[in-house]
Amino acid sequence: MTSQVSSAAEKAEEANDAVLGGQRAPLSGTTGTTGGDGKEVRRLDRVIIRFAGDSGDGMQLTGDRFTSETASFGNDLSTLPNFPAEIRAPAGTLPGVSSFQLHFADHDILTPGDAPNVLVAMNPAALKANIDDVPRGAEIIVNTDEFTKRPMAKVGYATSPLEDGSLEAYNVHPVPLTTLTLEALKEFGLPRKEAERSKNMFALGLLSWMYHRPTEGTETFLRQKFAKKPQIAEANVAAFRAGWNFGETTEDFAVSYEVAPATQAFPTGTYRNISGNLALSYGLIAAGQLADLPLYLGSYPITPASDILHELSRHKNFGVRTFQAEDEIAGIGAALGAAFGGALGVTTTSGPGVALKSETIGLAVSLELPLLIIDIQRGGPSTGLPTKTEQADLLQAMFGRNGEAPVPIVAPQTPADCFDAAIDAARIALTYRTPVFLLSDGYLANGSEPWRIPETATLPDLKTPFATGPNHTLADGTEVFWPYKRDPQTLARPWAVPGTAGLEHRIGGIEKQDGTGNISYDPANHDFMVRTRQAKIDGIEVPDIQVDDPAGARTLVLGWGSTYGPITAAVRRLRAAGAPIAQAHLRHLNPFPKNLGEVLKRYDKVVVPEMNLGQLAMLLRAKYLVDAHSYNQVNGMPFKAEQLATALKEAIDA
Amino acid sequence: MPDTDELLHNELLQLVPKAEAKQSMKDFKSDQEVRWCPGCGDYAVLAAVQGFMPELGLAKENITFVSGIGCSSRFPYYMNTYGMHSIHGRAPSIATGLATSRRDLSVWVVTGDGDALSIGGNHLIHALRRNVNLKILLFNNRIYGLTKGQYSPTSELGKITKSTPMGSLDAPFNPVSLAIGAEATFVARTVDSDRKHLTSVLRAAAEHSGTALVEIYQNCNIFNDGAFEVLKDKEQAAEAVIRLEHGRPILFGSQEPKGVVRDPATGDLKVVAVTEENRSQVLVHDAHAESPTTAFALSRIADADTLHHTPIGVLRSVERPVYDTLMSDQLDAAVEQNGKGDLGSLLAGNDTWTVVG
Repeated sequence: MTSQVSSAAEKAEEANDAVLGGQRAPLSGTTGTTGGDGKEVRRLDRVIIRFAGDSGDGMQLTGDRFTSETASFGNDLSTLPNFPAEIRAPAGTLPGVSSFQLHFADHDILTPGDAPNVLVAMNPAALKANIDDVPRGAEIIVNTDEFTKRPMAKVGYATSPLEDGSLEAYNVHPVPLTTLTLEALKEFGLPRKEAERSKNMFALGLLSWMYHRPTEGTETFLRQKFAKKPQIAEANVAAFRAGWNFGETTEDFAVSYEVAPATQAFPTGTYRNISGNLALSYGLIAAGQLADLPLYLGSYPITPASDILHELSRHKNFGVRTFQAEDEIAGIGAALGAAFGGALGVTTTSGPGVALKSETIGLAVSLELPLLIIDIQRGGPSTGLPTKTEQADLLQAMFGRNGEAPVPIVAPQTPADCFDAAIDAARIALTYRTPVFLLSDGYLANGSEPWRIPETATLPDLKTPFATGPNHTLADGTEVFWPYKRDPQTLARPWAVPGTAGLEHRIGGIEKQDGTGNISYDPANHDFMVRTRQAKIDGIEVPDIQVDDPAGARTLVLGWGSTYGPITAAVRRLRAAGAPIAQAHLRHLNPFPKNLGEVLKRYDKVVVPEMNLGQLAMLLRAKYLVDAHSYNQVNGMPFKAEQLATALKEAIDA
Repeated sequence: MPDTDELLHNELLQLVPKAEAKQSMKDFKSDQEVRWCPGCGDYAVLAAVQGFMPELGLAKENITFVSGIGCSSRFPYYMNTYGMHSIHGRAPSIATGLATSRRDLSVWVVTGDGDALSIGGNHLIHALRRNVNLKILLFNNRIYGLTKGQYSPTSELGKITKSTPMGSLDAPFNPVSLAIGAEATFVARTVDSDRKHLTSVLRAAAEHSGTALVEIYQNCNIFNDGAFEVLKDKEQAAEAVIRLEHGRPILFGSQEPKGVVRDPATGDLKVVAVTEENRSQVLVHDAHAESPTTAFALSRIADADTLHHTPIGVLRSVERPVYDTLMSDQLDAAVEQNGKGDLGSLLAGNDTWTVVG
């Protein structure tokens, strides 16, 4: 998913393999070359693999490693980790299944893929939980050792699906992964339980052979991860190699596949793979450096935002202070206190945490201090679906406070884009002295993609001067400091930090007099202040929205946030099939880009796909009186490109 | 007035810039009209704080008062320092962010019994346990004043108020006991009307490294007038108030001297009439005792209803690593271990590939 790329924008992700999942060669490719092991090697343009197993089987690690190998090989890629909220759900049950889907290609791709070409099922539960997503003709690698009576009965298999013909339509590879792993590790003398745990590395080795992945990275990784337990490190390396060798030698795997690096898809530069939460963390550190301000994170652990707290805690040598507070309220309170003192204050959370922070966000609106509120959205309401994705906090971010309390909202569109979005949110907060919402979500947070590493010199300058002296002259000629005297352009008030002599002042949540900042209950002043705070946010400079409309379409699809990938993939499909459609994507939800109203009016039809029940559509209808059509999904998963393409086609044809 | 240098032996105070010129009480009065009810105990506390500040001798731009919501929380508006009147109960968390990021500031929290012990109870106990370098002034009037007279978490059981016409049902907090239980390193109690004692406690709090909790019994003459009269009336006070002084035997009483001794049967503390025989058993107050046990027992010796035997003064003052210092040390250690952070190498990471045109 390289959002920088447009050259391959018209390249359709063929829909046919969603129906038939077999691994096909590209139309122009040649098949049937022979590898060094005498086996056939087929060239593919893209592959979707899903690793699925028990929560304790290490599927996320396996997926991460395969992703790393794939990234360093130079494919474009996009990932979708999917796991339960329970740390160790009951073993072998459907709710305990954890999976990791990876889509990689020799060209620019946008989503983790609709349907896997290969499913690795470590146990019957993993097979049962995922089989509905697997198209006929796809390859399924199953760990046959787990297909015994009890594990099968646990998930309702009366007969073995490996034997009763129910998997006839698939290309099944039965592999006794556990037995083979134990055999490979015999000489290590590990307890059986310990040795068994390496079976995910055996599977990874097998898949690495199938797709010609580089292996050095994984071996180095294992030796580093288990540096204190060299025996375990070597056992895992041995299992990994045994898996590779098994693929190379066994008859069952007659074909291996090559997916060439995506050289055309990427502009020149140095790349790395990055997840949304990591990119966001780096964006925050970068923002602190670019503003030349210490970064202060006040946070309380919550899924799926905790990774940012963990990551920032590792970078204290950047002057980053991380404060794990007693609750969500104290997290944002500390961040706001630090902002009062001249730090770049940040709080990270998810929807339930935002609810608790609402009053403090209102205080920040009233104090007019810079503050970043990072909301990694998850399924709601209430505790909802902690590990699943959703976009249903938009209206909470927009309106979830008492009084007229406008807050700017910025939304990243891909995992790597979280970096730029964090810097942009900081720009707005610092320039306009306001709290800013950054709305990421679980899909962006945990998903990953290649990222062209920016040159630090190309990043924007965020330096914001503090007030240093009086800014107002009284009628009698006295020079004074007025904490609420605004910059005429931005309407921002001065940021005067404690320690600055002569600028001592008091601020608070009570309405204050324009200019002096003194407590004021005057009706006309309150009316003026409410309107001024709103005008400040409405006047924030955001770039115009760009419309991608090569063919003069009559229908516009408008999205925001993490739906960028699936919407763009769907748009490509439609255009490849000859259906004209225009696409635009919102990064700024408050204020909207100035040209948005004009853009919406240009089209006969506007379709707004969202992972909520139509929150952006509601805002658009209210503000622009446009008949925006909602297309909604709230199942905790990102949209599938094919499903969106179908829905958009219906909208075009209607 | 003690020598200023003596105060500044506190190494954390050394981080706060000193005033260049001699200060007076007037320097700490803001231009805002004070709007508490006439006769409110808050006036006395404000005057005492404004009067004490010059003694500290800190640059006033490096002093910040943070408050929550309630009558007492209007305090920052009247101090000519930096200040924030925040939201209900949250002042300790906001002050924590400020103090931990700006060690060159002297950060004071002003709060009340409702603000600190009801809606903000969680933040208070966690600030105390962390030992953030904050001076918390808890104005306890045992009533909700700003909302016009409901009972508070320190009101005596059975309190008749607008919201409890048949009497309140919940047992009150003893703020000093609570603070000691929450691992506080400095806990003191004083009374609004005793300027000299109040100032001595402020001085001790300012000298302390870490969180200092000062409970100030404060009269609300509108909704709970005379709540502490027994501690203020000269005749009654002699029997009701126990003035604690570190290193001195705990003695009080006018007619016949009374003292605090340890009950050998229970290990608890009790008040006895002092005689020649038991004089040697009277407890000598040790505010610096490492164990909080005796300080806690002292905090329980007062009768919650009559306030008889109320100890005032510094109950506990011990040294423990300060959160702000530890946080700052970790930043230094990280630079020592890994060098100053370099953004370019952070972004690049260890696992990259290059695409050439």
